[in-house]
Amino acid sequence: MSDPTPLSPLDAPGVDAAVARALEAFATAGDLDELKTARLAHAGDRSPLALANRAIGGLAPTDKAVAGRTVGAARGRVAAALAARQEALEIERDERVLVEESVDVTLPVDRVAPGARHPLELLQERIADVFVAMGWEIAEGPEVEAEWFNFDALNFGVDHPARQMQDTFFVADQEGGAESGLVLRTHTSPVQARTLLERDLPVYVACPGKTFRTDELDATHTPVFHQVEGLAVDKGLTMAHLKGTLDHFARAVFGPEARTRLRPSFFPFTEPSAEMDLWFPQKKGGAGWIEWGGCGMVNPNVLRACGVDPEVYSGFAFGMGIERTLMLRHGIADMHDMVEGDARFSLQFQAVI
Amino acid sequence: MPRIPLGWLAEHVDLPAGTTAEQLAADLVRVGLEEEALHPAAVTGPLVVGRVVERTPEPQKNGKTINWCRVDVGAHNEVAEDGSLRPRGIVCGAHNFDAGDLVVVALPGAVLPGPFPIASRKTYGHVSDGMICSTRELGLGDDHDGILVLSPADVVAEPGDDARELLGLGEEVLEINVTPDRGYCFSMRGVAREYGHATGASFRDPGLETDEDATPAAGGFPVELDDDAPVHGVPGCDRFVAQVVRGVRASAPSPAWMQRRLTQAGMRPISLAVDVTNYVMLDLGQPLHAYDLTQVAGPVVVRRARAGERLTTLDDVTRELDPEDLLITDSPAGAGRAGRVLGLAGVMGGAGSEVSEATTDLLLEGAHFDPVSVARTARRHRIASEAARRFERGVDPRLARVAVRRAAQLLVEHGGGTVEPALTDVDQTAPRRTIDLDLDLPARLVGVPYAPDDVVSTLRAIGCDVEPAGDRARVVAPSWRPDLVVPVDLVEEVARLRGYDEIPSTLPSAPAGRGLTPDQVARRAVAQALADAGWVEVLSYPFVGPHQLDALGLAADDDRRRALRLVNPLSDEQPTMRTFLLPTLLETVRRNVGRGLTDLALVETGLVTTPSGHETPAPRLPGGARPSDEALERLAAAVPPQPRHVAGVLTGMRERAGWWGAGRRADHTDAVAGALLVARTVGVDLVVAAGAVAPWHPGRAAELRLPDGTVVGHAGELHPRVVAALELPARAAAFELDLDAVLGARPGEPVQAVPVSSYPPAKEDIALVVDEQVPVGELLAAVRAGAEASSAGQILEELRVFDVYTGSQVGEGRKSVAFSLRLRAADRTLTAQEAVAVREAAVEEAHRRHGAVLRS
Repeated sequence: MSDPTPLSPLDAPGVDAAVARALEAFATAGDLDELKTARLAHAGDRSPLALANRAIGGLAPTDKAVAGRTVGAARGRVAAALAARQEALEIERDERVLVEESVDVTLPVDRVAPGARHPLELLQERIADVFVAMGWEIAEGPEVEAEWFNFDALNFGVDHPARQMQDTFFVADQEGGAESGLVLRTHTSPVQARTLLERDLPVYVACPGKTFRTDELDATHTPVFHQVEGLAVDKGLTMAHLKGTLDHFARAVFGPEARTRLRPSFFPFTEPSAEMDLWFPQKKGGAGWIEWGGCGMVNPNVLRACGVDPEVYSGFAFGMGIERTLMLRHGIADMHDMVEGDARFSLQFQAVI
Repeated sequence: MPRIPLGWLAEHVDLPAGTTAEQLAADLVRVGLEEEALHPAAVTGPLVVGRVVERTPEPQKNGKTINWCRVDVGAHNEVAEDGSLRPRGIVCGAHNFDAGDLVVVALPGAVLPGPFPIASRKTYGHVSDGMICSTRELGLGDDHDGILVLSPADVVAEPGDDARELLGLGEEVLEINVTPDRGYCFSMRGVAREYGHATGASFRDPGLETDEDATPAAGGFPVELDDDAPVHGVPGCDRFVAQVVRGVRASAPSPAWMQRRLTQAGMRPISLAVDVTNYVMLDLGQPLHAYDLTQVAGPVVVRRARAGERLTTLDDVTRELDPEDLLITDSPAGAGRAGRVLGLAGVMGGAGSEVSEATTDLLLEGAHFDPVSVARTARRHRIASEAARRFERGVDPRLARVAVRRAAQLLVEHGGGTVEPALTDVDQTAPRRTIDLDLDLPARLVGVPYAPDDVVSTLRAIGCDVEPAGDRARVVAPSWRPDLVVPVDLVEEVARLRGYDEIPSTLPSAPAGRGLTPDQVARRAVAQALADAGWVEVLSYPFVGPHQLDALGLAADDDRRRALRLVNPLSDEQPTMRTFLLPTLLETVRRNVGRGLTDLALVETGLVTTPSGHETPAPRLPGGARPSDEALERLAAAVPPQPRHVAGVLTGMRERAGWWGAGRRADHTDAVAGALLVARTVGVDLVVAAGAVAPWHPGRAAELRLPDGTVVGHAGELHPRVVAALELPARAAAFELDLDAVLGARPGEPVQAVPVSSYPPAKEDIALVVDEQVPVGELLAAVRAGAEASSAGQILEELRVFDVYTGSQVGEGRKSVAFSLRLRAADRTLTAQEAVAVREAAVEEAHRRHGAVLRS
């Protein structure tokens, strides 16, 4: 589409008119396709202004400067108008596309089923972190344990009633008899003895782990359960340090209102010994004391069995059930859920506990 | 555990009126006696004393005769038509009473033990407005010969009086838990003492020796102590008091108050002789035994059993005796001295010398036996008697004569007869030990600044003799406290009596620690990585039975059947400890599937026990002293290896179906990926090679090896037979790894980073045709080795398999494997020649190792 009468580069009004026609065509272009047509017509190689521009070369030298200015300015205005319109129409198009390609983001996104840790493991790790933060270390020991570590080293005499009260799983010897000298550890306390024999003093360790007693599984008992044991042996340790550690531990696990209470009790491996109660604000039926574990000052006989001089060192020890702690903290009414391995139970604990 | 009727306790200590069992429990717990249970009143509702006014026997058509009675129950009498009160009408089937007798009447609304609620009811043509009660109906004993007639000698009562209070049936009973060191609290005497300590209430000790008790006695029934094999050098019996009582109605019932207290304390009333011995035991803590004197021939000899001896005990069990059992024997003509066994000392008497209906003359035994000897005999013969329970915890050696005297008195008081003046008291008890106590020790160990004077007075309060000398004291513990042996025992007494609530709370500062060990950190990371990858962590019991291993298809000689066996498993079906995790984890999977959860990815981390079969028994070593290094080594050698494993099982869909389209079923690749994730998380590259053991599918499982070739686990699809046997969803897959072995292969050094190159990559694809049998993993290794050894240097950045093709284009028995290589140099832009060099080197190595040729 070319004008029958070529536009002269010296025809200033004609040039202005061409510019006006171009701007008009750009402004009325409704989409990018129409704009393309308008561009070819008014800014393309065969457009009047382009042809006028080309014609400048044939003018007399005296006219070239004037014509150049006139046509150059005109083409500049056209190019600017085209760019502005191009940008506006692109934005328009992009907005339309974004609307057109929108989806329902409320559709479920659970393509991959979630995993989860078991809360007993998570709680043991959390407890370990509390003690590590105090500078303690985490010790471990075997689950099939020598009776000496499980009992004798801990001052349970062979004939002491306390030894019978532990409902112990005994391990058979090679001939099927009961002389293996091994048991499934009934508590995590043998790790105390192992730790004292293996490590240099002073010792501050916590020992979470699995323990075993011959209880049938019911709502409040399980033959396989978990404990965390704490042991500190140093110069000058007292029951006040025991109490302070327990209070700190209780607050770390149960919140700032938690605290502990000691009651006289008996364990062969501690003297004095105490039962430890936890002040539990969330207790069903109102805040109150709940039995949480046992503790005491390490019996000198235990220190001696581990080669530690009780005249120089003293220590304290404590232990509590992880299952019980978890039940209290998370409102679990029945032991079955914790031990049966139902995926639905673990999956409740996907968040940080 | 001991049950404490409050009324009984109040005989020995000032118990404030109105004290409830709950209050008592709260007081006792402060001194270490914990509540075991609160037993509610045996009878609730109206239970009153009644006087029988009329008894009219009425024969019935069924041949029985019932009594239509009018019973005066005082204020509870019925209101007659004219408004006056008149005795209630009650039908009673028993005949052992008559008009004028005082009886116990349960009125409508009462609930008797059972529970048995009483209501007014129509029977035998009358409205029976209550019930006249028997001993048995009241839970006071087994006597069902008739109703309970209250003897005016025993009770002072009027019609209408509350019979619950009279009989103690309205009383709550506190059951306490006594720790093994406090044997003396298996008695009212001991608990009353502790109540005194807890509250300051005044305590009257009923168990103290009188001067007469402390004087030597002889000339009674002949007794000899003849222990030729003491356990640990401690004589089995160091005191034996024997007392003859003649002419007693030994088999008559004991008085109602005594029956009531025995019942409240959880024992069954039997006869006067038995009840009195039990009563005194419950009251003072001294087990006693009453023999029929006519069945005992002196001298009584306390000795160890001889091999082959037998005894039928009171529970009618005939027992083979062990030479370590301590016996009470006598010496009848024909059998010789100590020739007949009367009983297991301190544990249980024999049936032969039991008190019978005809018994009138009694020999009372009150003795002191070695706790260890009694404990062993009780355990050996599985007898948990009241006597053994006390002796094995330690009985006051000064108590025997006091208790025998008290029992004799009660027998004569309630059964007539006479106590023989001569009494036997063979007393070989050792003098009480002296403990040398640093008076500062309680303060140093407890953290409360107890003054030395306070320490002395507290120890005296619990019955110690204390002789202070400067900053130390010589302390002799009271006879009833055999648990007080060393200074720390006294420290606990001071802390306990002064109150544990005085102990301050002080956080100790531990030296700087090293944090979690690298293994602990790594194990956490593994567990978390698995959870992040969609695995759900579970825990299972480690007990396994042969049927579980059979279901997994383990051969009879499979090493994993060599397991540690328990002497006393919870179930005979599962007597061994798991040697790998899958048997128990698969049980858990099965339980989940049974509950309708079929899309599963369960994982467990835990110890397994893998005995070599050559472990020697752990040595028996004493406590209280550090074993020698050699002994510790033997202990260590006896404990079987217990490596930590991690195992996972997948069933059903690994990726869910949904609005986005179809899901993807879990298969062997997910199991292998799980295992590789574990290893990668701790920085170990596992080699995956074909190779399966039970319970895996022989053609769809991999052996997982450390770089050094050690096999550390398996992963893949489970054997279809295993899947069927366990009723799992088809194509279930699993992995199991020895996590400790994987952790052990961790690089010791921190990862050394390679600089990230910003030069452009070159990409090459290679399709190689090989025999179908060549594992792609091996071909991949060849390509990698070739590429890395090329003349262009180490420029292989990534190597992946992107296609495997079999079909007509490559020919029968062949397959084409397509690899993509991304090459990049650290210091230059690669030239085309370099890329070609890598490609050629890779192809050449694949050809050399596996005959691979480039696909045309």
